[in-house]
Amino acid sequence: MKTNKAAAYPYLLWLILFTAIPMLIVFYYAFTNEAGQFTLVNFKDMAEYSVVFFNSFRLAVISTVVCLIIGYPMAYAMSRLGKKGRTAAMILIMVPMWMNFLLRTYAWLTILENNGLLNAFLSAVHLPELHIINTPVAVGIGMIYNYLPFMILPVYNSLERMDHSLIEAARDMGCNSRQVFTKVIFPLSIPGTVSGIIMVFIPAVSTFVISKILGGGASILIGDLIEMQFLGGTYDANMGAAISLVMMVIIALFTLITNRIDRDSEEGSVLLS
Amino acid sequence: MIKKILYSAACALLVIVMMVAAAGCGTSDKDVINVFNWGEYIDPSLIPEFEKETGIKVNYSTTPTCEEMYAKMRNGGVNYDIVVPSDYMISRMIDEGMLAKIDFDKVPNFEYVDQSFRNPEYDPKNEYSVPYQWGTVGVVYNKEKVDENEKDIGSWDLLWNKKYRKQILMFDNSRDAIGIALKKMGKSYNVSSEKDIRAAAQLLIDEKPLVQAYVQDQIFDKMEGGEAAIAPCYAGDYFLMAEELGDEGSDMLGFYTPKEGSNLYVDAMCIPKDTQNKEGAEKFINFICDPKNMAANTEYIYYSTAESAAREMLPDEMRNSDVLYPSDEIKDSFETYVNLPVNCRRLYDKLWIKIMSA
Repeated sequence: MKTNKAAAYPYLLWLILFTAIPMLIVFYYAFTNEAGQFTLVNFKDMAEYSVVFFNSFRLAVISTVVCLIIGYPMAYAMSRLGKKGRTAAMILIMVPMWMNFLLRTYAWLTILENNGLLNAFLSAVHLPELHIINTPVAVGIGMIYNYLPFMILPVYNSLERMDHSLIEAARDMGCNSRQVFTKVIFPLSIPGTVSGIIMVFIPAVSTFVISKILGGGASILIGDLIEMQFLGGTYDANMGAAISLVMMVIIALFTLITNRIDRDSEEGSVLLS
Repeated sequence: MIKKILYSAACALLVIVMMVAAAGCGTSDKDVINVFNWGEYIDPSLIPEFEKETGIKVNYSTTPTCEEMYAKMRNGGVNYDIVVPSDYMISRMIDEGMLAKIDFDKVPNFEYVDQSFRNPEYDPKNEYSVPYQWGTVGVVYNKEKVDENEKDIGSWDLLWNKKYRKQILMFDNSRDAIGIALKKMGKSYNVSSEKDIRAAAQLLIDEKPLVQAYVQDQIFDKMEGGEAAIAPCYAGDYFLMAEELGDEGSDMLGFYTPKEGSNLYVDAMCIPKDTQNKEGAEKFINFICDPKNMAANTEYIYYSTAESAAREMLPDEMRNSDVLYPSDEIKDSFETYVNLPVNCRRLYDKLWIKIMSA
């Protein structure tokens, strides 16, 4: 028992050095001004940027919802495939992720540009051209494309691990296919769905590169706002820390609420059984 | 419990001791200089040549923006011996005591620097900086898309011309973009009047529906590929674009310096206050200032040199280019950025967010 504990110390040290101490530094900066005195002015000034927060959240919510709508049926279909089909599908999802994220986003630029591949194709088949680049739609496409695997993989995991005798049992008891899905399969996949939602929402709400490349830099997201505090005209590390702190609190709340839904659903399924 | 805390404290101490020791090794070595420059901003063959000539090893790292250079120096934890910030950033660094005075006796090649680039506004007594490259900002436009009789050609107004809706590019940072609007209004880049700065920001909000994208480095791709028709552009970059496109390029792309005046910028070599090898840094500055090396570097970068002796050694099309070396009359219409007071910089940032959220 004692040796087991000692084995955890390196991790504890790691946590202290690279998680706890940096968090404390962010805390310290957020509540002080440039001279190092305590102040709440950073949080007060942030109110001006509420529109930036609103835009980021709207974009993140839309991407998460679309990822869920596309990703869930995809994961479900994958879980119904044979062994070979599953491996093939998994490889198709994973291989693009081995490429650098920035490179994949630039590839979308080449596709969506006014003189890009998509419009070249459309004009070749005599269809009207589309103007997608530098619009919120382009940013949405980039986000959904990049974050979709984070939705598919956890949902797929939870569906694949599911005990198939439960489905057979439901069938034996007289459930039709729809009832099997709503009463058995979906409730059992909620933990995977919840982690999928969290894994898409968190990077989506803090992204800024995608909007810069595909959105033409014409809007500002929270990520840009934080970047601007450090690399903009004013070097305001205190403000940057305060915005990051507010972000962390919001994400923590979001995670807590979604986990709560997850737990409630588990209790529900216990009742069901 | 106490034992646990002591144990972790001991571990932490060990790690810190190791880190300090490692850092100590790096800094005590006198034969190394750390150079921090912009990306793609040096002829790579110059570094080994300097190393061979002086026996000093060069650690070379790059940054995409001046502001990032500043942030890295402010955050500490890094040791640079040479940095190459732009004019306004140099005056800010001087004001904030971040730079060391250069011993010009150790930089004899400073004599080659042209008189007009000595004692500049950003370093009035010329104690902290030696010019590296300079350039100007103008407007690049696609001759196939912009009507050749367009009356706005020759003026910043072209960037506000409704005929070219969604074909216009704009710089993606507050200082450059608001600066262009100020020039369009006939004001100085360096005004600190809140009213003028707000009016300039309003001009950018009016322009926003016409703008295809706010970009910096992507201007290259978007103009070369014909994706956009009009963009603000560094003169050296226009020169490079036209060269890359070949004969076709000079037919397709045009460039002018707006009549309202524009920006002349100077990037200069400086030595940070906490340098560990000032002598090595001065040797490096002296090496770059050697007209032979300066010419090689300028030819590689495609910007302009502040040394006439180096300019003489450039290929004809660069040396005689009126894009890279505008005539004296045009030169008078240029203005250099100076460092703005902190309340102005804050206002710029706030207005920029307002423009971007409009």
